[in-house]
Amino acid sequence: MIGFYFAGTSVVHRAPAILKLLLLSIGVVGVGLAREPWQLGAAALAVAALFVIARVPVGAVWQQVAPILWLLLIAVPLQALLAGWIVAAMMTGRLLVAVALAALFTLTTTVTAVLEAFRLILRPFERWIDGDRVGLLVALTIRCIPLVAEIVKDVLDARRARGAQGSLLALAVPVVVRSLYAADAIGESLVARGLDD
Amino acid sequence: MSRIVFDGVSHSFGERRVLADVDLVLSERRIGIIGANGSGKSTLARMINGLVAPDTGRVTVDDADVARKAKEIRRKVGFIFTNPDNQIVMPTVQEDVAFSLRRRGLAPAEIALRTAAALERFGLAAHAEHPAHRLSGGQKQLLALAAVLVGEPQIIVADEPTTLLDARNAREIAGLFREMTQQVIVVTHQLELLEDFDRVIVIDEGRVVADDAPSVALDAYRGLLA
Repeated sequence: MIGFYFAGTSVVHRAPAILKLLLLSIGVVGVGLAREPWQLGAAALAVAALFVIARVPVGAVWQQVAPILWLLLIAVPLQALLAGWIVAAMMTGRLLVAVALAALFTLTTTVTAVLEAFRLILRPFERWIDGDRVGLLVALTIRCIPLVAEIVKDVLDARRARGAQGSLLALAVPVVVRSLYAADAIGESLVARGLDD
Repeated sequence: MSRIVFDGVSHSFGERRVLADVDLVLSERRIGIIGANGSGKSTLARMINGLVAPDTGRVTVDDADVARKAKEIRRKVGFIFTNPDNQIVMPTVQEDVAFSLRRRGLAPAEIALRTAAALERFGLAAHAEHPAHRLSGGQKQLLALAAVLVGEPQIIVADEPTTLLDARNAREIAGLFREMTQQVIVVTHQLELLEDFDRVIVIDEGRVVADDAPSVALDAYRGLLA
């Protein structure tokens, strides 16, 4: 969703976001509860089939799944050492399938559809919770991730240019200050766009 | 055209007075506001949209007090910020434009239609599904314009809309301002942008020091800088 939506017209794309969210939740719980390797294998095949149906390119899937490999690089040897290779392999499988499933949702669902899903989910609670506001909060959180990443990149570049590479303070302070300024500016822009209540 | 009135408007940020007893009536189609950094010109522009409220005096748009009817005024007055990155709320180009029509009570088909038309008008149709934050600076400013104009405001207020753009993109944005049928109020440092405007106001230390046709007002501003 953080700018990774892959436009398409497949049945996976067209499925209601609320249904996809429900299936994603069931899928992740199911994968977490899998005890046998064949169960995980079947889940992996099902997820792969859904990617094929959605016609999502391998590169886009890789972009989503790759970051988890860094975590596995540390966790797998530790798990193998403490609980054995079979447990480590099962954990790896569970994580990869769960992340791939979440990536499928991310790549085939627009934020607008997710906001609508939130509105629907929260409708029974509208006396207490403003679904529209929760949806906006989610959208803004998603929007702010690349914004903060950009700020961090700019500050890292500036830090390198000024020869302050080792200083954590030289990274944290400007990132926090600039993020606060950006938050203020986005707030002002929301007001200007009529979201001032 | 709408009639925007500043009646004895003053404003301070802490100890610093940024606007001092400003009286203005703005009714021309294209109005430029210029001045040095910190002169108060951006504060003046923000008051039209109700983003900043005056400490004393009042601002009205077509006789409606901005401080009292801010919500109504904001539908009438679209605001373009200097940094389009701060104006992007939704992750994709299409969603960000459609976001402006939220809470307007329009049917989804109508929102889709208006959004598509705005994207087409600003040459962003091919980028509709693209992540907004990955657009170039010029495209982001076009997106900001599309997101404001899709709401069909009567007045466009732009605060240094070309400051962060290269010369080519700045020219493109300036050209779009020229084509707009709405009343346009532009705060800028790029004086050539204002040469064919109807009126240019020069602000210095919170006061209006020149208010005339572009040729006269721009000369007065250059005199200030000399």
